[in-house]
Amino acid sequence: MLTDAERLRIEETFALYESRSASAVDGLLIIQQSRGWVSDEALADLAQFLAVSTHSLESLASFYSMIFRHPVGRHVIMVCESVCCWIAGSAELTAYLNDRLSVGLGETTADGRFTLLPVVCLGACDRAPAMMVDGRLHGPVVAADIDSILSQYP
Amino acid sequence: MAATRTLVRPAPQNPRLTVPEVDIRICLGTGGVAAGSREVLKAFEEELARQDVLAVIRPREDKCEGRTVSVTGTGCQGLCAMDPLVEIHLRRNGKSSKVTYGLVTPAMVPEIIEKHILGGEVIKKWLVLTDEGPTEYNPFYDAQEKLTLRHVGIIDPEDIDDYLEAGGYQALYKVLSEMTPAEVIDEIKRSGLRGRGGAGFPTGQKWEFAAGYQSPDGVKYFICNGDEGDPGAFMDCSALEGEPHAVFEGMAIGAYAIGASVGYMYVRAEYPLALRRIKIGLEVAEERGLLGDNIMGSDFSFHIKLKEGAGAFVCGEETALMQSIEGDRGMPRLRPPFPAESGLWRRPTNINNVETLAVVPWIITNGAAAFAARGYENSKGTKVFALAGKVNRTGLAEVPMGMTLREVIFGIGGGVKKGKKFKAVQMGGPSGGCLPESLLDLPVDYETINKTGAIVGSGGMIVIDEDNCIVDTARYFLSFTQSESCGKCPPCRIGTKRMLDLLTKICEGKGTLADLDFLEKMAEQVKIGSLCALGGTAPNPVFTALKYFRDEFEEHVVDKRCRAGICTALVTYSIDPEACTGCRACVRVCPTEAITGERKEAHVIDNELCIKCGACYEKCRFDAVRRS
Repeated sequence: MLTDAERLRIEETFALYESRSASAVDGLLIIQQSRGWVSDEALADLAQFLAVSTHSLESLASFYSMIFRHPVGRHVIMVCESVCCWIAGSAELTAYLNDRLSVGLGETTADGRFTLLPVVCLGACDRAPAMMVDGRLHGPVVAADIDSILSQYP
Repeated sequence: MAATRTLVRPAPQNPRLTVPEVDIRICLGTGGVAAGSREVLKAFEEELARQDVLAVIRPREDKCEGRTVSVTGTGCQGLCAMDPLVEIHLRRNGKSSKVTYGLVTPAMVPEIIEKHILGGEVIKKWLVLTDEGPTEYNPFYDAQEKLTLRHVGIIDPEDIDDYLEAGGYQALYKVLSEMTPAEVIDEIKRSGLRGRGGAGFPTGQKWEFAAGYQSPDGVKYFICNGDEGDPGAFMDCSALEGEPHAVFEGMAIGAYAIGASVGYMYVRAEYPLALRRIKIGLEVAEERGLLGDNIMGSDFSFHIKLKEGAGAFVCGEETALMQSIEGDRGMPRLRPPFPAESGLWRRPTNINNVETLAVVPWIITNGAAAFAARGYENSKGTKVFALAGKVNRTGLAEVPMGMTLREVIFGIGGGVKKGKKFKAVQMGGPSGGCLPESLLDLPVDYETINKTGAIVGSGGMIVIDEDNCIVDTARYFLSFTQSESCGKCPPCRIGTKRMLDLLTKICEGKGTLADLDFLEKMAEQVKIGSLCALGGTAPNPVFTALKYFRDEFEEHVVDKRCRAGICTALVTYSIDPEACTGCRACVRVCPTEAITGERKEAHVIDNELCIKCGACYEKCRFDAVRRS
């Protein structure tokens, strides 16, 4: 079931568009903001609320990389894989994070603390290699700094 | 359409009553914040209080009255390589001075307050810029001319009064009070402004098309494309974070010109700071009657709605972006019909990028001729370039178009990092191409760069040095476009994958000369056959790499050699017995025990055991480990 608060926020987005179905992506993001991710059940509830099919919502959720269809950790780390970061050594950064957190890209640590994701570009090419944790940008990041950065996110 | 009522000229509600004696401006752009500028701002706040200096951190809150020091957080100040940047204006005894310090940390703040602010003494060791004489950073600033980013890094982007005080919304007032839509379009046409998002299409002409189509129910849309996903370019992020009202003003002027009543601002989710400042800005602009119904008391109404992206590179393509606003998968659709005729919800729609819109108010205020007086042949005005990669002074530089690549990269950017040799500059991100040293004296204008096979694109310049392998870089770009392809059309979906496979094969040392020809042929097919610009331009990095660096490709397939030492399958390590001192440093660092040798005797690498990790190469202090 969608909560009243979620329903209210989704209804507010109706005014933005010509059709109710256009609120689909916003709806998914709103659910994700309150629950951390979008479960099958939540997706079905949203589909019913917007009077669209579940598979059309599923196709949106799978298209947009910022919509999570699996539970994520308390903190989401996005490592920029774009060209400037790649030139500056983002592969080493990812390798270090893989090793340090024992997770691959797209995975969540066993203790549920971190989810590690790749991102196309954070627009921080001047601070390459860059990564973003919960919307906060870090860069340039060298492997030696990572432990102290991670410690800021308990 | 022209105004029939008396309009209200926009003015700050809360003007500065006194000019502060000390005016401190701290860069709070994304880059500055990541470098720790919020902590620096906090340190100023605390230290000024501790030293009993009367200061006001957010100048507006108590109007500066009786206060002598003002501290303002601004947008990006440009020289990102030296972030956090702190600019200090002193006005004392009838004299004024302006000094910028770089790489400022909270620990430096007490000294800056004591020596500079209280004592009036410039601290040379931290100096980036002063009006008293040139520094090593002057070349970065001197060649620049800021039209688009005119207030970015100067004003507080979260305070509309700062923008109004700097002349903000006066261009919109001028348009609404004394110009017809046709006159606005004519002005933009005469300025020669071309779309800064990549394609370089003349903006005035685009507006004219959109103005020419009638909507059955009178609804037209005006969209700002803030889905800057082009890797290597970050000027739109900086413009939105540093001066969002300039973009709103540009949108409103354009909307008036084409007759649109609703606008969308599509901004990527990866820019949380920009999104926050846009939300703040839109709300206050509506409150003040600068956007919304009957703007400034005129008959013109224009509402801007913010649409946050959800993570898809392809949404930067205009038709994909419109699909995304409509709540669909952001997949490009065939053109024609063009958006001007049938765009968002099949209404006439105009789309411009952030940088284009940010400069529109300047053109209206200063006139088309002033803009057209700058620039080069058919590329008028100034353009913001983003310097990134292996360049010394990374950052944003706004210069008149037509400046040479060399002037931008070596003059403004200060050349290649660590004294390495320049290899190429990638222009236009994954849709562009890499240009060699021999082309650096070309002027940066749309036509000249297009002829080389690269594009000006959104203005990213990524510098690549001798340590980068051109084949591997081309492979990287294909892996990028391949994973960002939306999958709608086969030439892009399958073609980029096959090109990537071939490039990987070459990097692994399994390529042949015939593969190079096949690669070129396939690139041609992908270019011709793809539905949108993402696929159509995806082969560009390969075309230019093959055109200007074919010898490096041939080395990979014929000699099985990678001169940059990047393609591990093609690299072998050996130890020069003459240079080796037998210090055993490499022996200790080798993870596979492939290096043997006694102390003080030349060591040897066993290539059977070597995994080519390069650890010995990095470790050796005598340059005895050779990579070939």
